[in-house]
Amino acid sequence: MISLSHYLILAAILFAIGVVGIFLNRKNLIVLLMAIELMLLAVNLNFVAFSHYLNDLSGQLFVFFILVVAAAESGIGLAILVVLFRNLSSIDVEDLDSLKG
Amino acid sequence: MEFKSILFYIFSTVTVLASLRVITARNPVHAALFLVLAFFNVSGLWMLLQAEFLSLVLIMVYVGAVMVLFLFVVMMLDINIERVRQGFWKNLPIGALVGALLIAEMAAVLSSRYFGLTNLPAQNMPANYSNTKELARVLYTDYAYPFEIASVILLVAIIVAVMLTLRRRKDNKAMQASDQIAVKAKDRMRLVKMAPEIDLPAAKQGEKA
Repeated sequence: MISLSHYLILAAILFAIGVVGIFLNRKNLIVLLMAIELMLLAVNLNFVAFSHYLNDLSGQLFVFFILVVAAAESGIGLAILVVLFRNLSSIDVEDLDSLKG
Repeated sequence: MEFKSILFYIFSTVTVLASLRVITARNPVHAALFLVLAFFNVSGLWMLLQAEFLSLVLIMVYVGAVMVLFLFVVMMLDINIERVRQGFWKNLPIGALVGALLIAEMAAVLSSRYFGLTNLPAQNMPANYSNTKELARVLYTDYAYPFEIASVILLVAIIVAVMLTLRRRKDNKAMQASDQIAVKAKDRMRLVKMAPEIDLPAAKQGEKA
């Protein structure tokens, strides 16, 4: 029988893969955005699993709103990426130092 | 083993393997396609959790829209893969350490007997229960205001994405209607007064006189 902790541990593994992806792909902004998508997916999996096991629909509605915000985020992120590549001809995070931060 | 458990293990194994390939693939196109695979399998997991509406929305919105957007951007950019891969393995030890720590801590908390998560019973709905209908009932009553805000957020995202990537070309020959309407007659033609440059023949002048 699959219990809630199975789903939660799977979501933790997915989230950790997303974090490791951010560590590994410092030079590639596109894969960085994909790693963020993976982490959001893990969070959504947690919400849906809790919603099912606690028999409460609010969790699924939260996933709905997270999907909206994630779609907006990736759309704007990719637009910024395109403008960045047009100006710098690079998608390396290390090249984004014009603010001297 | 129950059939649902077998499905859970298949879906979760493929999800984990696909997401590992997402972060290690050399080619960003391959990474995007593996992310699509991961989304499909998580959608199957949500189907197991009886969240049918969200699992279909995940496929339609993520695979159909967001990942296609990713693929378009990957193909628009001309990425130097060799340069992008520099320093990839240098960051692996600390990244793997952080990831392993995360998984170990979460597993230690979630699988312990004291947390009691294993005792929660799975909710089995009757056959005529409609997840979509129930979601809609809650969404349009209790969550109507957040729903409106979500639509405004999407509108803002559309406008921002268009304005960020809008570029005026130098050789653009499109007409400006406002400039055309505001034009005056003296902008079109300029009358210049000047002295005549050719002298009339002297003989003909004499005949007339």
